[in-house]
Amino acid sequence: MADLVSHPDEVRVVSRRFGQGAASLERYLELDGYKAVQKALAMEPDAIINEVKNSALRGRGGAGFSTGMKWSFVPKQSAKPKYVLCNGDESEPGTCKDRLIFEHDPHAVIEGVIIAGLAVGATSGYIYIRGEYRYLSVIMQKAIRDAYAKGFLGKNIFGSGRDFEVYWHGGAGAYEVGEESALMESLEGKRGIPRIRPPFPAVVGLWGGPTVINNAETLASVPHIILGGADWYAKLGPPKNGGTRLFCLSGNLAKPGVYELPMGYSLKKMIYEVGGGIPDGRELKAVVPGGSSTPCLTSDEIDINMDFDSVAKAGSMLGSGGVVVVDDAQCIVKFALRTMKFYQHESCGWCIPCREGTDWLKKTLQRFHAGGGLKKDIDNMYYLSENMLGRTFCPLGDAAAMPTMGFIKKFRQEFEDHLDGRPCPYQKEGAIEQLPVMA
Amino acid sequence: MKFSDEFEQRFAEMVPHYPTKRSALVPTLLYAQDEVGFLSDDVIAEIAARLDLTELEVRNVISYYSMLTTKPRGKFNVQVCTNISCMVRGGEEILHHCATKLGIGHKHTTADGLFTLEEVECIGACSWAPAAQVNYDFHENLTPEKMDGILDNYKKKAMQ
Amino acid sequence: MADLTLTVDGKKIAAPAGTLLIEACKNVGIEVPSFCYYPNLSLQGACRMCLVKVEKMPKLQTACTTVVGEGMVVTSDSDEIRQARKSMVEMLLGNHPLDCPVCDAGGECELQDMTFSYGAAESKFMEAKNHKDEQQWSPVVFFDRPRCILCYRCVRVCGEAMDVWALGVQNRGVSSVIAPNKQDHLECEECGMCIDICPVGALTSGAYRYKTRPWEMKHVGTICTHCGDGCKTTLGVRRSDTGMEIVRGDNRDKSGTNSDFLCIKGRYGFDFANHEYRLTQPLIRKDGKLSPATWEEAFELIGKKFAEVRDRDGGQAIGVIGSTRTTNEESYLLSKFARLVLKTNNVDHHSTADFPAFAAALRDKPEATASMADVFAAPAILLIGNDPTEQHPLLAYQIRNNVRLHRSRLYVVNSRPIKLRRQATVFAQVSEDNGEAAFVDFLSKNNPAPEPLGMSGTTTGVLEKLRETLRSVKDLLVVFGSEIQGISVTSLIAALPQAKFICLADYANSRGAADMGLYPDLLPGYHAIAGRSPLHEEWGVPDTAGLPTSEMFTAAKENKLKALYVVGSNPIGRLNLNPFGFSKAFLVVQDMFLTETAAIADVVLPAANAYEKTGTFTNTCGDLQLVKKAGDVSGTKADFEVIVRIADAMGFDIKKLIPFGGGMHADMGQSRGAQSGEADRHAVWLEMHGLEPKLSPLDPMAILDEIQRLVPGYDVSRMNLLAGNSEHTRLDKTGAAVPQQPGPILPANDTLFTSGTLGRYSRALNSVIEAHEIKPAEVAAD
Repeated sequence: MADLVSHPDEVRVVSRRFGQGAASLERYLELDGYKAVQKALAMEPDAIINEVKNSALRGRGGAGFSTGMKWSFVPKQSAKPKYVLCNGDESEPGTCKDRLIFEHDPHAVIEGVIIAGLAVGATSGYIYIRGEYRYLSVIMQKAIRDAYAKGFLGKNIFGSGRDFEVYWHGGAGAYEVGEESALMESLEGKRGIPRIRPPFPAVVGLWGGPTVINNAETLASVPHIILGGADWYAKLGPPKNGGTRLFCLSGNLAKPGVYELPMGYSLKKMIYEVGGGIPDGRELKAVVPGGSSTPCLTSDEIDINMDFDSVAKAGSMLGSGGVVVVDDAQCIVKFALRTMKFYQHESCGWCIPCREGTDWLKKTLQRFHAGGGLKKDIDNMYYLSENMLGRTFCPLGDAAAMPTMGFIKKFRQEFEDHLDGRPCPYQKEGAIEQLPVMA
Repeated sequence: MKFSDEFEQRFAEMVPHYPTKRSALVPTLLYAQDEVGFLSDDVIAEIAARLDLTELEVRNVISYYSMLTTKPRGKFNVQVCTNISCMVRGGEEILHHCATKLGIGHKHTTADGLFTLEEVECIGACSWAPAAQVNYDFHENLTPEKMDGILDNYKKKAMQ
Repeated sequence: MADLTLTVDGKKIAAPAGTLLIEACKNVGIEVPSFCYYPNLSLQGACRMCLVKVEKMPKLQTACTTVVGEGMVVTSDSDEIRQARKSMVEMLLGNHPLDCPVCDAGGECELQDMTFSYGAAESKFMEAKNHKDEQQWSPVVFFDRPRCILCYRCVRVCGEAMDVWALGVQNRGVSSVIAPNKQDHLECEECGMCIDICPVGALTSGAYRYKTRPWEMKHVGTICTHCGDGCKTTLGVRRSDTGMEIVRGDNRDKSGTNSDFLCIKGRYGFDFANHEYRLTQPLIRKDGKLSPATWEEAFELIGKKFAEVRDRDGGQAIGVIGSTRTTNEESYLLSKFARLVLKTNNVDHHSTADFPAFAAALRDKPEATASMADVFAAPAILLIGNDPTEQHPLLAYQIRNNVRLHRSRLYVVNSRPIKLRRQATVFAQVSEDNGEAAFVDFLSKNNPAPEPLGMSGTTTGVLEKLRETLRSVKDLLVVFGSEIQGISVTSLIAALPQAKFICLADYANSRGAADMGLYPDLLPGYHAIAGRSPLHEEWGVPDTAGLPTSEMFTAAKENKLKALYVVGSNPIGRLNLNPFGFSKAFLVVQDMFLTETAAIADVVLPAANAYEKTGTFTNTCGDLQLVKKAGDVSGTKADFEVIVRIADAMGFDIKKLIPFGGGMHADMGQSRGAQSGEADRHAVWLEMHGLEPKLSPLDPMAILDEIQRLVPGYDVSRMNLLAGNSEHTRLDKTGAAVPQQPGPILPANDTLFTSGTLGRYSRALNSVIEAHEIKPAEVAAD
């Protein structure tokens, strides 16, 4: 449904089958589908884990943790059943990549789930898809049914003598559920409140059993690694940042879209070449490099490579691959407000600093943007963010605090321009005065 | 409380997928809501009984998820995203346009019961912004004019 | 397991493996603040107040979720930590209303204390606070949403500790809210635990809200006067026009065996004391009508009449009915007064358990009784009969939480599907036709289970396996209700020689009334009238056994019983007797209210209740505890004083009744001035060693001395008792006599919300009964 784009710099791995009808099992098989899982069935679990480790595949959900390492934490022996859980609760603002995978290549996810299961000794997996993606749930449910019908799932998969079950599970609207322990709570039919860690999900996860939780893109990458080999995959990107990545280019760009580019691709080129640059003769003001929770980069800071380590060095995060480009017609205070409004709305409310901090920040930003700001508000907002950072129950508090601190640090002048009752300098002629406030 | 055969089939298929009954709760609630329009007291009581939960537990869960509602909504739930990627491309204008055209605000329903308007958080259409969902259908790369056409089409659909 | 060593703030400390860091710190006197952490409830990690620095960890860690590790190096106080805590308080106060001046919790609020310790003096918050209107969830529970800091203690205590699960969390983010199970109101056990555990003024009590400021109250920790479990309740009292008014009951004093627990009655059921129908002056029947009189007139009349009957018709023409809610000292004194002064053995009380049979079966079995504390620790429990959730709320709480926290195994044998079956490893439902007694019979024999015994899916196989298990399980605790009486008690105790036992009786001092010999043929300590004991020698007791209540009634009808003295009991109401049966006898009733019995009396004496006097109570397990005077209603007198005054009015030598005036020479010291503390300490020491001066014949401690000396099992540590602890009394050395013609054992059948006469006059309890649309028992008992 969503339009596909292309660019010559793209290296198509995960998106190889996009636009080719691979949601149908027959077509998927023609395009090398379910070959990797058959190869993995002949491998020792440790060999699979090592292959993934060596591929330098890092979690595509946002944290960028080594996938192979994560798998290796799952105990070999367990009294309780082990599980694989695919995180398809894609909700980070700026991110729309898993959507394309589910739409165009659902079997790759299923295949990735089975391989992860073989690696850690699980015999069932769940694919959790956010509630808003209903049409993708329909596609995924059909893909699962088709795979069962062919004997790729269920008892004795591929005649290997081994069993593997895959189930679909749907959400119902909650960003917080993208956090892995909250995801498990949600799957267990509860409110999506994160769990106390340790124990980590790899040891005590779904229904108390050891659980591997990976993002959909991560799991969809796995079959390609098994087939193409760890070396090939690792070398697609810089050291320790294996492979390619689906970058979701959005915002003020001429050619927004989801592009698969090698890890370490230049951000500058991403904006000006792949994304077609800033339209309407506007200039770049800022770019959010990895979804709304990552601190923005200014136009002076875009000369970096888009891999986990380089972006971290630049003081931000590669995150979920959502690159949101902001032109100079946009008001940063308003952008910060909209970002905070999101976190305030999505905070699960469990812990004080996130629940109260996001509400306070949203209120202050709202007043500030409406022209009622005081100079001390700027420091106060920074103080609040600073005191949320690292002290919340789960990373959502950090996700709200970090970008706010970035906006204030990098665009302080723009905040000060709102002071003394001046109207927002970026207010468009005849703009809407008051947006409805979400309850 | 009577659900459709389709719901019953789905429910019967889903529950055995999990080691605990209540795990089926969230998707079951959403499917029930799709069918009834909202999660009425009867629906809550029925689902609670089926999954061995108290009604309180079910309500605790319902109120957590933003797609679930215990209040009736219009036939078409117009959900306009105004999050960052949409906002910088005019998402707020789309929302405002809908509000003016339908004559209702956030989470309100038109008098004819056709439309409910809702400002929503990121729906995963960032690269095709601004975007909206009407019930489960995505509408992307929106302009106010395009939105007019979309709303008119739904209205027509309802008339048929 | 060996202790681990770790360093906190440079101090080496030791703690067993598995200990939470917050507890390890607390144990060595290092306070780590918290809102959401609460011992014995599940961990939350939500309030972030307990953040500490753990070396090698990049971020501050929550001490409430961190388990101690060998060699761990912890900093609990630093600039960074203080700043973190300060910001948590700041953020909390952002949306918290600052209505502290009118908030019930003002002055005893954990948020206030935390703000004082860590908070900022300046306020950064300038935004509008989120608001929601206050809601009433039940007659006794109010919820003020904006004050809630979402620590989830209430949700957990209601669910995990009470197994009620009436509270939940709804919405999310800053809209998160604690919600009751019926959308806008609660349907629950109304225990009020949620209110007590609330660190702020979000949950407030309908009985207390807006009544007073906390610092205007004096707090007295005493024993609850309702059921037989012996919970400690802290009564907040305040000066009133008529003495001292009790304005609040809670369990801020967590030193009792009930620690965190109180049920609705212990928490709200004190308001009978100030009921408008409370008797506050003696009444004497004149011209057929009860008319106000002075105490002196009343004592003179009673003294004259009692002496007249005794001297003319003999002691057997006088009857005495005691109470299950007076103190041990009063029951003992009444028992002694009857025998020595009135010269009668016509003494009885309302029995709700067969303690004589119990004591007889336990003779020479020194370790065979259990205390209420044991119920929380026993690895296996057999519960036969009773519904503790309704009738013994603390016992139910102890059992439930023993199962939850210590994985104790619970075996329930009951003819009804009682709530505690939810915690049971095995629930055997037995026939409603004396199934519990039949089970005991089956347990004591080796025959196959009889067919009609098991009900509702309890097969003979289940029963036989249960019998096998019970016989083999070590450290078994057996708790049984009034379904088990007489020979069944004997059989049960013989069938399980390895076990400890608790016999359930219903009123606050039912056990004490039995132990203190309010029986026609037993003296204190279950000594037979016909037998010998040091008591016989000291007292001098009439030879023949007296009459039980029912026979006293017959004798009165036949004009053989000419005087009856009823202390804190309502036999007419309870036994549904024809009031005209007593019309010929001279009837004296001591009570708080004009009960059915008091209404036909010749003299009615306004009595103080257990919250208005000092003494001791023995709970159903045999745990002896101190009762302290909290409230005071002018015009009333403690039963103790009334008995003494009647004896005096009869011309009896009081020194022979009360061993007062003994003890050491007392330095009364100064109550004020530089030396006052010295004198007070001296007095405390004297008291603790049972050497208080006892200058007055009205001092119950003088009788306690005698009880401790003469009643087997009561020779417990006076020191511990006075320090507010419970002391378990044992039954292995009693007289072990059983009544030749045992009177009926009638359970009170109170529910969670009723409490005999006390309940009838409690507005709080009645409001809950109305809200729950529950009918109280047709005939209110004592």
